[in-house]
Amino acid sequence: MELPQRVHVRTTINGQAQEFLVPPYMSLLDTIREIAGLTGTKEGCLDGNCGACTVSIDGRIVDSCLVLGAEVDGKSITTVEGLATAKGLHPLQQAFLEEAALQCGICTPGFLVAAKGLLDNEPDPSEERIRHWLAGNLCRCTGYDKIVRAVQKAATASH
Amino acid sequence: MVQTYEPKSDYKVVGTRPIRHDGLDKVTGRAVYGADVKVPGLIWGEVLRSPHAHARIKSIDTSAAEAAPGVYAVATNADFPDPRAGEIDSGEDVVNFERDTKNLLAKDKVLYKGHAVAAVAAVDRNTAIEATKLIKVEYELLKPVRNVDEAMAKGAPILMEDLVGDDLGEDVRNTNVARHFRHEFGEVEKGFADSDLVVERTFTLQMVHQGYIEPHNATAIWDESGHVTAWSSTQGMFAVRDQTAGMLRIPESQVTVYPVEIGGGFGGKTKVYLAPVAAILSKKSGGRPVKMIMDRNSVFEASGPAPGGKITVKMGVTKDGKIKACASDLRYEAGAFPGSAIGAGAICIYGCYNIPNSRIDGYDVVVNKPKSAAYRAPGSPQAAFAIEQVVDEICDQMNWDKIKFRLDNASREGTRRGDGVMFGKVGLIETLEAARDSDHWKTPLKPSTNGMLRGRGIASGYWMNGGGKSTVDLMLQDDGTVAMNEGSADIGGTRASIAMQVAEVLGLPAEAVHPFIPSTDSIGFTGTTGGSRTTYATGYAGWQAANKLVGEMSKRASVLWGIDPSDVKFAAGKFSSGSDPELSIGFKDLAARIGDTGGPITTTASVNLAAAGAAYGVHICDLEIDPDTGKTDVIRYTAVQDVGKAVHPSYVEGQIQGGVAQGIGWALNEEYFITDSGSMANHTFLDYRMPTSLDMPMIDTILVEVPNPLHPYGVRGVGEVPLAPPLPAVANAVKDATGKRILDLPIKPGRIIEAMGS
Repeated sequence: MELPQRVHVRTTINGQAQEFLVPPYMSLLDTIREIAGLTGTKEGCLDGNCGACTVSIDGRIVDSCLVLGAEVDGKSITTVEGLATAKGLHPLQQAFLEEAALQCGICTPGFLVAAKGLLDNEPDPSEERIRHWLAGNLCRCTGYDKIVRAVQKAATASH
Repeated sequence: MVQTYEPKSDYKVVGTRPIRHDGLDKVTGRAVYGADVKVPGLIWGEVLRSPHAHARIKSIDTSAAEAAPGVYAVATNADFPDPRAGEIDSGEDVVNFERDTKNLLAKDKVLYKGHAVAAVAAVDRNTAIEATKLIKVEYELLKPVRNVDEAMAKGAPILMEDLVGDDLGEDVRNTNVARHFRHEFGEVEKGFADSDLVVERTFTLQMVHQGYIEPHNATAIWDESGHVTAWSSTQGMFAVRDQTAGMLRIPESQVTVYPVEIGGGFGGKTKVYLAPVAAILSKKSGGRPVKMIMDRNSVFEASGPAPGGKITVKMGVTKDGKIKACASDLRYEAGAFPGSAIGAGAICIYGCYNIPNSRIDGYDVVVNKPKSAAYRAPGSPQAAFAIEQVVDEICDQMNWDKIKFRLDNASREGTRRGDGVMFGKVGLIETLEAARDSDHWKTPLKPSTNGMLRGRGIASGYWMNGGGKSTVDLMLQDDGTVAMNEGSADIGGTRASIAMQVAEVLGLPAEAVHPFIPSTDSIGFTGTTGGSRTTYATGYAGWQAANKLVGEMSKRASVLWGIDPSDVKFAAGKFSSGSDPELSIGFKDLAARIGDTGGPITTTASVNLAAAGAAYGVHICDLEIDPDTGKTDVIRYTAVQDVGKAVHPSYVEGQIQGGVAQGIGWALNEEYFITDSGSMANHTFLDYRMPTSLDMPMIDTILVEVPNPLHPYGVRGVGEVPLAPPLPAVANAVKDATGKRILDLPIKPGRIIEAMGS
C-alpha cells in the first residue's frame, strides 16, 4: 500500500510544542485525538453542529472537526486537557462539578473550552449572553439549566 | 411476599449533594468513552448503507473492496451464522436474533434508507470509508411504506413476506401489522351513552431521535481461541454481551464486554448495532481489533428512534366532573422490524386516571424507517400528547379547573390501570397538589407587552418504572473505605446514587465509597440501565451488600471482644456491645483490624426485583408565540414530580430538566422529515434541530417525595417520566395562546400560522 502524502505541522498544544506529519485530509479533531493522543476532545457529528469537539486556536473557539490538522501550523491550541494546572482545576471545572452541570459528560469538554473562551474576554456575562455564547454546543442531558448556572458561578468565583 | 419498608427520615448521606465520583475524570477529559479505546494493532471498520428505503438486494459484489490496498476484510449478512430463532428479553427491549442480524447487515432486502448492507475493515478509518464505495450492490426498487396509514392501507407493499401478524390472537399473513392487542374492562359503549360530553380526537406523530451526542461505537476482537472481547458505548454491558453472543451463536461466556463511559443513551443505547459486526470483521482480519464509529447521519438514519404514529382518544365525562369511559386506538411505527413501544404506550395512556369503563387497542406496525428503539419512557410521551390534550379540551368545554379535574379522577392505590393492573402506593395526588400550590400555578400569566401571544398549559404523565436484576460487590479496605463494584452502566450519576446508599448504611461519607464498573466477567449479571431502574434496583443491591458488610464486621468485632456476634450492634458509624457499654469500636478502627480477625471482607448482593414504584410528573408551561412567524419560545417552566426519595437531588433535578428540554424539542421542532422516496431529509444536527441553550429557559423543579414502600429508602426511578408531560403541556399552552388546538406533532411555526389562519 502506498503511503499518503503527509504535511509537516509544528504547533503548540496546551503549552507544549508539538510536531506532526498529518495526512492532508485529516481533521484537527482526528489530529488531536489520534496523533497527539488527547482524547478529551470528542466527536459528536463531524459537521460542526454539536460543539463536542470545541477547542481554542490562538484564543478563538472553533469546532475542530471543521479545521484540518494541516492548518494549525504555527498556532497555539487549547483543549480540555489544558484547563487544569498543577495548582488545581480551572474555576469552570470546579463549578461544573459543584453545580452537577454534567450527566453523561460527552459534551462537557466542549462546553468547558467554549465557556472559558467567553469568560476570558467577558468576566461577567449575563444569563442571556451565556446562553447565546453556548448555543453552538449541544447538550442532550441537562436542559442547560445547570450548565448556565455553573458558568455564572465560575464567573463569580474568578472575580 | 414482596418485602416492604416503612418511610425513613433521618438520613445522613441520602438527600445530600456530594460531588459525583466520576466527575473529575469527566471535566478533565480523562474519562474513557468508547471512541477513546486504544488497543495495540487497532484497525477500523466502516459500513456501507442502503441509499434506498425499500429494495430487494439482487447481488453484492465485494471483490473490488477486498482487493483494495489497506483492506483486511469485508463482511455481509452471509458471515453471520444461521441465527437462533426466538426472542430473549434484554432490558427494555425484546431481542429477536434473526431479525437483529438482518438489521445489522441486510439479507435479501433493505428496509430503510441507511440500512447496513456490508462492512469493511481497513488499516485506517479513511481507507475503510473509501473501500465501502468499491462495493457494488444491485437493487430492485420497491415502493416505500412511510407511515402507519400507508402500511395498513389495502394493497400496501409488504415489508416482511415471512411476517405472521397477531390480530387479537388470530394469525394474519401478508400484513405490515405485527400485532394488534386490546385491553378492555367495564362497559365502554354504555359509559359513552351515559356521558354528558364525549370528545374524540385523532393525533399524528413523527419519529424522533434520542439525540445522544456520542455516536454509537464498538471495538471488538474475535481471537483465535474463539473468545470475543468488546468495548462499546452502551446502557448495558450484559446486553452487548448477550446480543453479541446470540447473533454470533457462541456461548455468553465466550464474550467479555468491558464498560466504557457512555455519552448519552436515553434508551437508544440498549440495542447493539456494531459490536457483532466488528467481531466478524476482526475474525476475518486474523483477530485484529476492529474499531467502528457510526457517523451522525447514520445515527439518525440507522439507529433506533422513537416511534411516530397515530393515536385516537375518545373520552366521555359526566357533569359532576368524572370520567365515565375512555376508548383509545394507538398505532405505533415499529420501523423496519416489529417491536415498537406500543405495549408500554398502551399501559401508560390511562396511567393518570381512574377510568371505570376502559378500552385500549394497540397496533405494532412495520414501516420503511429504521427499527425503533426505546426513548425515555418509551411509548408514554406519545400517549400523553393525545390523552392530555383531550382532557384539556374537556376542561375547556366544561369550564372545569384543570388540576381539580385531574385530582377528582386521579389514579391512586387500588385504581386499575388501563391494562387491568392495580396500582400500589403512588404519588399522583401529592404531585398534583404540589403543582396546584406552586408559585408558578398561583401566579397568573401576564400578557405580553410587545404583541406576542402568551399561553399556559398543564399536563401530567406516568411511567411504571422497572426493577430487574442487579449486582453489587463491596470490598472493605483496611483504611476504612469501601471499594464498590457495580454492574450498571452509569449514564448520568448512578455511581454516585448507588455509592450514597451504601454509604448511608455504613455511616460513611459518600466519598469513602469508591465505585467501579468492571467487565461482564467480573460482576454478577446486571440488567441494562433503562426503565429508570438503576438507582432503585442496583441501589437496592448496594443496600443489601452494605448490610451484609455490617454483619461481617459485627462478627469481627465479636471475635475481638470474645462475645457472641448477636450481641454486637451497629449505629452511627460505631460497633458496640449491647450488654457491655465499655466495648465500642468505630468503623475505621475495626476495618484496620480485619487482618487480625479473619482476613479480607468482601460481600456481594444480587437482586431480581419484580416490581418497582411508579412515577408521576405534572408540568406547567408558559410560552409566547410570535403571531407573524409562529415561532414559539418557552418563557417559564415548572416540572413537579414524585421522586420517592431523591438520593442525590441535583442529579434528580438534572434528569427532570433534561427530560423537559427533550420534550420541548419533541413538541416544537423535532421530527424525522420523510421525503416521497422514504428517506429522512434532515439527518444532521443542523436540520434535525434539538433545543440549544438559547432556546431554553431555566427549568424549575419541585421534588415531591412519596416514599416507594418497595425500597428501603423509598427510591422511585426518576429518569423517564419527565419526557411524558412536556409534549401535551406545550400543546395545551399553544391552545391557550392561540385558541387553536394542534393535533399533529411537531407544533412547528408553519403549523401554528396555518392553524391561526383557519
